[in-house]
Amino acid sequence: MDVLLFLIFAAIAVGCALNLVLQTHPISSALSLIGVMGSLAVLYLLLGGEFLAAVQLIVYAGAIMVLFVFVIMLLNAGGEKKPSKKVLRTAVALPLLFTLAGVAAYVLASQAPRTETVKFGAYVAGPYEVGKALFTTWLLPFEVTSILILIAILGAVVLARKEI
Amino acid sequence: MPEGYLPIFIFLICAILFPLVLLAIFRYLRPSLPIPVKLEAYECGIRAASNARGRYTVRFYIVAILFVVFDVETIFLFPWAVRFRQLAWFGVAEVAVFLSILIVGYIWAYKKGALEWV
Amino acid sequence: MNFYLLTLIKMALTALVLLTCCAYAVWVERKVLAHIQLRPGPYRVGPHGLLQPLADLIKLLTKEGIVPSYANPFFYLLAPFLAVALALTAIVVIPFTPEFELFGVRTAIGLTDLNIGILFLLALSSLGVYGIAIGGWASNNKYSLMGSLRSSAQMVSYELPLAMAIVSPLLLVNTLNLREIVELQNGFHFGLLPKWNVFASPVPQALGFVIFLIAAFAETNRVPFDLPEAESELVAGFHTEYSSMMFASFFMAEYANIITICCVATVLFLGGWHPLWPAEYGSDLVPVVLLAAAGLMLLFHAAQAARRRKWDRFTFPVFGVLLLGLAPVFLIPVLKPVLIPFFWFVAKAGFLVFVFIWIRGTLPRYRYDQLMRFAWTFLFPLSLANLLVTGLVVALAG
Repeated sequence: MDVLLFLIFAAIAVGCALNLVLQTHPISSALSLIGVMGSLAVLYLLLGGEFLAAVQLIVYAGAIMVLFVFVIMLLNAGGEKKPSKKVLRTAVALPLLFTLAGVAAYVLASQAPRTETVKFGAYVAGPYEVGKALFTTWLLPFEVTSILILIAILGAVVLARKEI
Repeated sequence: MPEGYLPIFIFLICAILFPLVLLAIFRYLRPSLPIPVKLEAYECGIRAASNARGRYTVRFYIVAILFVVFDVETIFLFPWAVRFRQLAWFGVAEVAVFLSILIVGYIWAYKKGALEWV
Repeated sequence: MNFYLLTLIKMALTALVLLTCCAYAVWVERKVLAHIQLRPGPYRVGPHGLLQPLADLIKLLTKEGIVPSYANPFFYLLAPFLAVALALTAIVVIPFTPEFELFGVRTAIGLTDLNIGILFLLALSSLGVYGIAIGGWASNNKYSLMGSLRSSAQMVSYELPLAMAIVSPLLLVNTLNLREIVELQNGFHFGLLPKWNVFASPVPQALGFVIFLIAAFAETNRVPFDLPEAESELVAGFHTEYSSMMFASFFMAEYANIITICCVATVLFLGGWHPLWPAEYGSDLVPVVLLAAAGLMLLFHAAQAARRRKWDRFTFPVFGVLLLGLAPVFLIPVLKPVLIPFFWFVAKAGFLVFVFIWIRGTLPRYRYDQLMRFAWTFLFPLSLANLLVTGLVVALAG
């Protein structure tokens, strides 16, 4: 069951990611990105990270992507022009792409430390565990986050004030 | 995955399929007489003067970006609420520091007039 | 019994009841608004317009579905289904009754129990923006686009006070699981006042409840915050171009959202299925008395010879006898642990739905700048202050 769900949602994530790159209209791309975020949330869930899955949905799919969609709607960003299709270009580019992907995969597989395969539900990361980690072990990063958020507020207002 | 999430997926699939099935079935009962005038954008009966896609006020953008920022802050409060009993005063102090930094940002944004909708 | 089979049966029942409730919420709304304005409301289809939802459904299903020529067909069709699917799914996590045992099966009304139930609901409500945003954008109509921009900005603005108002009762119960939240509100102060979160000691969450309700009005785009569909300026807002089944989907999504958010308010603040006063003082008899009184009233009206409406002569006695027959069901000991909690839950959530309609019949609409200023410069700081005060007092009380 878990494997099946993993395969389905991994496929959806990859499919949406490809669609994101291939689509010419920004809103299709934005929606594909939401699809990627949603399926990533399910993958977190499969690993046992309930809280992380919810945060992924709320912050990424629900807040950041809303901003993206908003900007597209506000600016009336139209579809980009499709590059002209040249057979020769594609013929050269595709093998190069696969080579690059192969090399990257090989390097990662050989360099990355070998660990146990990750098991479904191996991590218990509900809100309770996250709270424990966040408010005791990782206290300083948590407080520093607020400064990061403060800077984000400043940046947002300064950026937008220019236009008003 | 905990078993509790399974009903959500099944329900979601059913909720997507239900209107689609209704739509498919009733396609045969539904008239379909598209004429150009009917398919025009509705502007109270007169011809649409221009395309709807234009540029709109940057206000909406400010709202969205402030929402993103404060939404991240709200999310941090949930684990705090769950661990509230164990953390007690320590937790209150932590969150007070966290929030006070943000309240400074909020007051600054307010003073700058970013929260006003004019 | 098999767990999966049971879940599937419960799912089918929940979906059926939810859809019926959505349809009849429209009928109730029209009736209540009509009576507030001293009109009879729907009256033609069936006795007292009771079959009106069915007629509406048939009408909407057989109307021509128009896709405007300038619209993006794919997104135009996607948006309403996205909206309705997300709205209907939210009901999955609501716990309606405690666990009970019936015919050797241990179960509860309510589909599932998540450790992050509240966050799941928040996630769904934040995704709900897309249905409206994309629908308005894809229509390529000025009214639609303006409506959807307004609506999305409003929904995200009010999501912050909503989340803050949710966190403050969570400080008292320390869990995100909706079933546990309800179970922890068990008991009575001085043996009389229920220990719901609105009345909780040391900090009653009454202010949080009011903030939650206000934000809920804005989240569901209801009066006084129904700016997205302000008909005097925007025709119908984001669904101006929609017709037929697509329009019905948006409509259904709106009512499903109202029902869900009322259920959430009941769970978080009004103690879910717990009764208003202890069972020793006869709170178990409330449904019996209510149903019996309603039945007797119908029979009394049926006996009045002066009724001109020919339907009433048949329907009043039929419904009266039906209600009178239903009343003693709440006294059967086997069914009691299911029906009494379920009655209290439905009564509270139903009352909140009624408040939504009541407000619609009472208040005028806000102006958009007032609406946004209210969210950012009043409601948000207020909810933050409420949260901090709750935290401080709960920590002080230990």
